[in-house]
Amino acid sequence: MNLKSPHLLQLEGVPAEDINLILDTAVTLKEILDRPIKKVPTLRHITVLNLFFEPSTRTKISFELAEKRLSADSVSFAKATSAVVKGETLLDTIWNIEAMKIDMIVIRHSVSGTPHFVARNCDSNVINAGDGTHEHPSQGLLDMFTMREKYGKIKDLRVVIVGDVKHSRVARSNIWGLKTLGTSVAVCGPSTLLPFEVEQMGIDVYTKIEEALEGADVVNVLRLQKERQSAGLLPSLREYSNNFCITKERLKYLNKNYTVMHPGPMNRGTEISSEVADGPDSVILPQVTNGVAVRMAVLYLLSGGVGKIE
Amino acid sequence: MSDFIISNGTIVDPVDGYFGPGAIVVKKGKIAEVIKSKSMPKGDIDASGLLVCPGLVDIHVHFREPGFEYKETIESGAKAAAAGGFTSVACMPNTDPPLDNQETIKFVVEKAQKAVVNVYPIGCLTKGQKGQELAEIADMQQAGAVAFTDDGHGVQNGMIMRRAMEYCKMLDAIPISHCEFNDLADSGVANESYVTAKLGLKGNSRIAEELMIAREIMLAEITGAKVHIAHVSTAGGAELIKNAKKKKLPVTAETCPHYFTLDDGMLESYDTNFKVNPPLRTQKDVNAIKKAIAAGIFDCIVTDHAPHAYDEKQLEFDYAPSGIIGLETSVGLVSTQLVHEDVIDWPTAIKLLSYNPAQILNLPAGTLAVDAYADITLIDPDLEWTVTNDDFRSLSKNSPYIGMNLIGRPVKTFVAGKLVFDLKA
Repeated sequence: MNLKSPHLLQLEGVPAEDINLILDTAVTLKEILDRPIKKVPTLRHITVLNLFFEPSTRTKISFELAEKRLSADSVSFAKATSAVVKGETLLDTIWNIEAMKIDMIVIRHSVSGTPHFVARNCDSNVINAGDGTHEHPSQGLLDMFTMREKYGKIKDLRVVIVGDVKHSRVARSNIWGLKTLGTSVAVCGPSTLLPFEVEQMGIDVYTKIEEALEGADVVNVLRLQKERQSAGLLPSLREYSNNFCITKERLKYLNKNYTVMHPGPMNRGTEISSEVADGPDSVILPQVTNGVAVRMAVLYLLSGGVGKIE
Repeated sequence: MSDFIISNGTIVDPVDGYFGPGAIVVKKGKIAEVIKSKSMPKGDIDASGLLVCPGLVDIHVHFREPGFEYKETIESGAKAAAAGGFTSVACMPNTDPPLDNQETIKFVVEKAQKAVVNVYPIGCLTKGQKGQELAEIADMQQAGAVAFTDDGHGVQNGMIMRRAMEYCKMLDAIPISHCEFNDLADSGVANESYVTAKLGLKGNSRIAEELMIAREIMLAEITGAKVHIAHVSTAGGAELIKNAKKKKLPVTAETCPHYFTLDDGMLESYDTNFKVNPPLRTQKDVNAIKKAIAAGIFDCIVTDHAPHAYDEKQLEFDYAPSGIIGLETSVGLVSTQLVHEDVIDWPTAIKLLSYNPAQILNLPAGTLAVDAYADITLIDPDLEWTVTNDDFRSLSKNSPYIGMNLIGRPVKTFVAGKLVFDLKA
C-alpha cells in the first residue's frame, strides 16, 4: 500500500484511505516505542533533512526521534547557524543540501505555502512540519490518532476546536482531516481570531464557549499567543481567559466520556486551566507519544512503504 | 519605408466607430489618408484578415529604470510593448531613485528617445512617494511628465491627496491614485476571502481599496479636480466608479487583464506569479469587472506591466514581490476573454486600449486621424497561440499566463510609420 502523493503538504484534499493508512501504520509502529530496543532498521537506506526555520522543540524532537527509531540517517538545520543569515535563498540552501544526496525533507517555515514551493522545486519527498498559519498535517494526524485510540473510531464524534483559529495551522489540519473522515467539527473563539468566511469550511462556528462545548466529545484547545493582545485582536488575555479558557467548570457541557487535547506549548491559565490540563481526561502527553508513532508512519509510507517493520 | 499603404484589412477607428474594410496611406511617418470603403488602392502591406488599429496605448507600465535595470529597461520594456501592439506607454515613477524631480524625468525622456515605442514618464505625486510633501509637479510637467502618482503606494493622508489634486488641477495635470489604505490592507498578500482563510495567507481586504476610491471620488467632487483611479480590482470599486460617472464627476478609471481573467483560487498552488497588488479577487469580482467593462464604466484597460527577475519570484510567498508582466499578453487576453466571449466588440476593445487612455493623459496617440503620427497596430483576431516563456521580449518572465492558449495577437506594430514589431520576423 502506498500514499497517493509523494509529499505530505496538507491534509486538505488527502483522501480518507490515505489518512486511515497512516493511522493504521502508526498503530503497528507505536508498539516499537515500548520495546527495550526502540529501533528497527526499516529506513536505514533513507536520509532525512530536518529544516526548521522557526523555533520548535516538540515537533523537531518528535521528527528526529521518529527518524532514529526507523534507523534513518538524519541531519537537522537551524536557521541561526545557516547560510540563510548570509542572504542565501531558501532554494539555494535546499539545492545545496540535496546535492549531498538526501531523500526526504521535513520543513517548518513561518510563511504559508513554503513546503508546497519547496516540493515543486526539489526531488525529495517533502513533509510539512508546520507552514505559517496554513497547516500542520502531522499534528492533525496525531490528534486524530489519539482520538481513534480512545474511542475506537472517530466518525461519529463531535470535535470542537477552541481559540485562535485564525492563526492556527493545527486547527486547519484538524478541520480538513476530521471532515474527510466524517467527523462533526466546530470551532469557537473570539470573532477577531476566527478566519474570514470560516463558515465556508463546512463547520459550525461559535463565539460562546458554552454553546460550542454542548454535546461535544473532544475539545482541542489551541495555544493563544500573547502578541495577539498587542496586535489589537484582543482587549486583554484576562478577558480572553474569562470567556474562552477551558476550565473544569466548563467541562460539564461536554459529553460524558469527553477528552481534552492541546497541541502545546500551553499557556496555563490563559487558554486552559492547570486543573484541566493535568486532569484525568487530558490526553496531552499521550498526544506527544503518538506524535512520534504517526511521524514514523508518515516517513515510512512516503519512503515507499518498503522494508519490513520488525 | 516611410511611405506605404496598408490595405485589405478591417479598419478599426475608435473615434468614429468605423469597423469595416479600408486602407491607410502613410506618408513621411504620418497618416496621409484613411480610406473607409471597399474600393481602395492596392497596398504595400496586405492586411487581409487583420484588424488595422491605431497603435495601442498603455498608461500604466513599470520599466524599472533607473535602479532596477535587471528587471526591465526602457529599451527592453519598449520592445515588449511593441510586441504587444503598444506604440505609446507611460511608465511609473517607483524606480530607484523615484522619478520625483525634473532631473529624473529628464533622464527617462532622454532614454525614451532611443526606445522603439513612445515612452512617457509619470512623476511622483509626493517626494520620494512618501505621501508627506508634494513633489515638484510643475517642474516635472515642464520636463515632460504626463501624469503624477505614488503608484505602488496609496496616499494615506487625505489632506495631502486633496492638495495634490488641487495642485494638479491648477496645472491641468492628472493625478493617478493607487487606492490602498495600509491599515485596512494589514500587510495582506492576497485577497481576504475564504481562499486566504484556507491557505493561511494574510488577507488584504477589498475595503482597503474601495474606501480610498470613495475618498478620491469625494475629493474630486469637492475640489472639482480630476483624478484617475488605477487598477480597479473589485466589484465594489467598479460600483463606486459607476456612481461617480453618473454624477458626472471628473473621475476616470482603469482595470487590468488579470482582474477580468484570474481569481484568487489560482493561489492554491502558492505560485508567486499570481501574486499582484491589488491582489486577484474572487470569481464574483472577476465577473463584476467584466460586466463593468461591458457597461462602459472603465475608461481604459492597462497592463500594470510589473517585471520582476525570476529569482525574486522564486521565494516563499510572503517574501516574493507583487506584480506580473502584461504587455505581451494584453491583446490576447482582451481578445480571448472579452471579444470572443461577447463582452465587448472590437471597436470598444480598441477604444479602451488606445484612444481613451491617450485622452486621459492627453497623449498624441490612439487615433487614425489624418496628420497624426502613423502609430498603427495590425492584429490577427483569430490567431491561436500559446503563451510561452521564450516568447517574451520583456527581460522578466513573471507571467501567470505561461502555458495558456489565447486567440488573437498583434502581428505588426508601426511607430511613426516605422515597423517596430513583426511577428513573422
